[in-house]
Amino acid sequence: MRADLELEPGDSRVLVLFGPSGSGKTTILRCLAGLDRPQEGFIRFGAEVWFDAAMGVNRPPQARRLAYVAQDYGLFPHFTVEENVRFGMDAKRSVATPRVESILERVHLRGMAGRLPAQLSGGERQRVALARALARDPALVLLDEPLAALDLPLRDPMRQELRQFLRSIDVPSVIVTHDRVDALALGDRMAVLSGGFIRQVGSVPEVFSRPADVVVAASVGVENVVAGTVVEIADGLATVRVGDGSIRATADVAPGPVFACIRAEDVTLERSQPRDVSARNQWTGRVVALQSEGSVVRVTVDCGFVLTALITRPSLDELRVAPGSTVTALVKATAVHLVQRGST
Amino acid sequence: MDWSAIALSLRLAAATTIVLLAIGLPLASWLALSARRGRWAVDALVALPLVLPPTVLGYYVLVMLGPRSPVGRAFETLTGSPVVFSFTGLLVASVLYSLPFAVQPFAAAFAAVDRTLIETAWCLGASRLRTFARIVVPLARPGIVAGAVLTFAHTVGEFGVVLMVGGNLPGVTRTVSISIYDDVQALNYARAGRTAALLLAFSFVVLALTYRLQRRSGRAWPIAS
Repeated sequence: MRADLELEPGDSRVLVLFGPSGSGKTTILRCLAGLDRPQEGFIRFGAEVWFDAAMGVNRPPQARRLAYVAQDYGLFPHFTVEENVRFGMDAKRSVATPRVESILERVHLRGMAGRLPAQLSGGERQRVALARALARDPALVLLDEPLAALDLPLRDPMRQELRQFLRSIDVPSVIVTHDRVDALALGDRMAVLSGGFIRQVGSVPEVFSRPADVVVAASVGVENVVAGTVVEIADGLATVRVGDGSIRATADVAPGPVFACIRAEDVTLERSQPRDVSARNQWTGRVVALQSEGSVVRVTVDCGFVLTALITRPSLDELRVAPGSTVTALVKATAVHLVQRGST
Repeated sequence: MDWSAIALSLRLAAATTIVLLAIGLPLASWLALSARRGRWAVDALVALPLVLPPTVLGYYVLVMLGPRSPVGRAFETLTGSPVVFSFTGLLVASVLYSLPFAVQPFAAAFAAVDRTLIETAWCLGASRLRTFARIVVPLARPGIVAGAVLTFAHTVGEFGVVLMVGGNLPGVTRTVSISIYDDVQALNYARAGRTAALLLAFSFVVLALTYRLQRRSGRAWPIAS
């Protein structure tokens, strides 16, 4: 497999490695950690050379000052929470203990120091793993499928917590995931992998909205990702402000930054303003581009934000639209999926 | 009862166990955790004493350590006494003979330690040695205890190798099993019977205790899934 990626040390942004299982994303993470060895190429972190096949350099994981959190967290079962967190610290016990306490407080684990991992819930285990990673004062944080080990009801709150945690540390992080919501909620940038290649690297909304090729489009699935802010919630209906316009969605979210995700096939286009208002969102815009994809046509509309619609060829003929013509885009509020981006 | 033979057997078993912990733990960790090339050959070598007759093993130990071998001569020059037909000779033979009984449970226990935990420890800055001492050994403890107990019990009960390498010198190389053999040869069935019963009871108690301990420690370390 091949991968060209650039990350800046000291950058607190989150890079998501996204792809189906077997696409090579975990291998990249393990190469960064020093657990696997690439056949060729190099890995540099700032001025440090971590790996260079030509120069025969391969720093062991111990010398990379990183925090690697495995999918099932890798908590040492015979150690208490406190011993787990202290394990990665070089400091003596008397120095380490107050620091361990403050870190545990930070991840809401106060009073749990004496427990064994087996006595913790899934969410608490994740927090211990993050606390242990933080205690090491890492220069790079690597997380392998951080939410996959959690039960579904826990996943949403822990995702928000994880996002806030990653934002609060001034360290770049790399997250491996195959989950779209994880990528949207946690990532700043993302790299899409497929078949051992990196297909696209870009900001999260960019990759979702403008996939580089068919493979990326198929794996990310959602065509429209619009960044906005939830400004009002009433009767289970959230209003998201996007530039001058707004998007309404049925969603149970708190006010704050979100990504509004709309699948292209959920967007209906009309020539004139229709009377039927059961579709809650109506935007009038100008057709920017038409792209034929077999029996369907991808229509890009600029309505304050860019919206892509997937419509059949007969309905396109009925619409009689061309680049430049004005259309009304309709999307049901239930078809808009909001992904919260945390309070920061 | 032949108390000096019993004491000798216990001393030999204890010494063998200690030596095999020192040799067996690093060897097993290499086999289970880092060996790539050549593992099959070492695995086969370690298992050899399971299938070889003790006489074959004893024969080679005699040849290797005998007064005419370089090792035997060097030892005799240094200490003034030959290796064979001495406690040291017995110990060397017992260590070789019990090698699989120590190394195989050790290696199985190491292999069962979740690889993720080892890698996590490395990424947390722990050296390979610290990872081994603080993570691998504690998590493999039931298997290590099992290997040590098996080694001890197996050494107490060994016969053929002892006879080949140690001979039958009272207080020096006459172990319990040899003493029983002697008694039977001398038609002293009563004394042979008592010693045999003692050995049987001892072996059963040791094994039963081990299995009991394994079970309890299995509960003390519930591996988080």
